[in-house]
Amino acid sequence: MRARSRIASLADAGSFVEEAADLRSEYPLHFFDLRPYTERLAEAEMKTGLGEAMVIGQAAVEGTACALAVMDFSFMGGSMGSVVGEKFSRACDSAAERGVPLVSVTASGGARMQEGILSLMQLPKTVCAVEDLHDSGQALISVMTHPTTAGVLASFASLGDVIVAEPGALLAFTGPRVVQQTTREKLPENFGLAEQNLRFGHIDAIVPRPELKPHLARLLRLFSPDGN
Amino acid sequence: MATDHELHLRDRLTRLRSLNLLGGSRLSGELEKLQRQLDRIQSAPTDEEIWRSVELARHQDRPYTLDYVERLLEDWVELHGDRGRADDAALVVGLGRFDGRTVALIGNQKGRDIKERTHRNFGMAYPEGYRKAMRVMELADRHGFPLISLVDIPGAYPGVAAEQHGQGGAIARSQALMARLDVPTIACVIGEGGSGGAIATALADRVLMQENAIYTVISPEGCAAILWRDAGEARKAAAAFKPDAVHSLELGVIDAIVPEPEGGAHTDPDEAAQLLGESLRETLDELESVPADELKRRRRAKFRSLGVYA
Repeated sequence: MRARSRIASLADAGSFVEEAADLRSEYPLHFFDLRPYTERLAEAEMKTGLGEAMVIGQAAVEGTACALAVMDFSFMGGSMGSVVGEKFSRACDSAAERGVPLVSVTASGGARMQEGILSLMQLPKTVCAVEDLHDSGQALISVMTHPTTAGVLASFASLGDVIVAEPGALLAFTGPRVVQQTTREKLPENFGLAEQNLRFGHIDAIVPRPELKPHLARLLRLFSPDGN
Repeated sequence: MATDHELHLRDRLTRLRSLNLLGGSRLSGELEKLQRQLDRIQSAPTDEEIWRSVELARHQDRPYTLDYVERLLEDWVELHGDRGRADDAALVVGLGRFDGRTVALIGNQKGRDIKERTHRNFGMAYPEGYRKAMRVMELADRHGFPLISLVDIPGAYPGVAAEQHGQGGAIARSQALMARLDVPTIACVIGEGGSGGAIATALADRVLMQENAIYTVISPEGCAAILWRDAGEARKAAAAFKPDAVHSLELGVIDAIVPEPEGGAHTDPDEAAQLLGESLRETLDELESVPADELKRRRRAKFRSLGVYA
C-alpha cells in the first residue's frame, strides 16, 4: 500500500500535516552501479511523486493526536538512506515536542546500499532517536507491513512499545531467498511471515487492514494521559 | 620552538581532522610517529588499496578478539550464555583488568581451524549472541565498568533458526541498550564490520577502526550479486562503496584509525595488540572524565548527526 493511501486510511480527514517534505539525499561518494545513484533517485521521484521512501507528519486518529512516519516501498524498495533516517529522527522529535505518541508504518527492503556505510549508520541513528523519544515519555507504535526486512527490522521498527503487523507480511532480517542460498536449509512453510513471527513471540498482534485504524486508535488512547 | 617541518605537519594534521587519526600516538613531539601516520593517509586509498584492506581484514592469520584479550587484559574471566537459551560461541564476553581498571569486553570471535571455525559459526552470531552481549552490557552498567567491544563479523547469521529466534529484534535491542548505557563505551572494528551484525555492538561513545579493517552495509560479494547480478564483481562493488578506514573516517562513521604493523596486523600480533592497547587507553582516559549523562547525550547526538541530505 502506497504511503499517501496509507495515511488517508489511518489519519482523520484533513488532520494530516506533512513535515520535512523537502529533504533530499546528497550522497558524497558518487556511487555508480549500472547507473548513477542520482539518476535512480530522480527516477524514483518521477515514478512515485514522493521525495523519498518515507512521509512524516502530524495527524489525528479517531481524534487522538499522534505523529506518523509512513514508508513507501515503491520508492527504491523502501530502502533507508540518509533522508529516511533523518525524517524518522525528526518524527521522533516532533512527537516528543508535542507530547504525542509516534506511529511508524514500515515497508522496506533494508538499508539503501547505494549510500554505502552511511546507510548502515541510519540504524543506530533511528535507534538513538527512539531512545530520545522514550526518554521524553512518549511511545512508539510500530506497524510492520509487507515487507519489513533487514536494516529497518534491525532498528526502529523492532523497538515499538507495541508492534503490530499485517497478515502475510514478510518480517525477516534475512529474506527466504538469501537464507536458502546461503545455508541451503529447507525452509519451513510460511518462513518469516507475520504469522510465524507472532508464534515465535516477536510481535504483539496481526491486524487486518480494515481493523487497523480502530486498533491504533485504541492503543493511542491508552498511551495518552487523559485517554483521548 | 617548532620547526617549519613540524608546523607543516601540524597544518596538514589539522586539515585532515587528524587528531582523530592519531589513535595510539600523541601529538606532543612524536614527530616520527606523526610522519608515519601522515605518510599512510596522504591520499585517498586507490581501488587496489581498498581491495587489499578487504583481503587483510579477512586474512586467515589476522588476530581475533581472544588474541587481543590475552595480550591486553589481566585476570580475564570469560562469561558464558544468554541466560535464556544458549551460549553463542561466535561472540565472546567477559571481564578483565585493563590498565588497572575492571572492564567488560564483548567481541566477535572467528575460529582458526576447520573445527573451531565450525564451532564459532565462522564468527556469525545468532540472536543468542546479542542477548549474551546485552547481559554483559547490563552487568557493566550496574557496576560502572567501561565497555570495550571488538567488532569482527562477516554478518549476523542468515539462517532459519536465527530468524525464528528473532535476529532483527535482537540487533535492534542491542543497539538500543548501548544508547542507554551510563558507562563509557568504545567499539573497535578489528576485521570485518559486517552490516547489522556489526552495528549491533558498535553504538559506542568512540568507534575506532584498525587501519586495514573494513566497515560495510553489505559484503562486496553481496552488493555485486544484487547490483551486477554477479558476485565475481566484488572488487568493483568495494571500489564503489569504499569500505576502508580512511573513507569511514571521512564520512564521520568512525572517530579514529588505529595503526597496524607494517604489512597488516597478522604480521606481528604483539605489536598490533600494543597499538590497539594504546588507542584504547587514550580513549578510555578521555571518556572517563565525562559525566554519564553528558556521555549518553553526546553518544546519541553523534549517531543522530550521521547522514548526508539537503
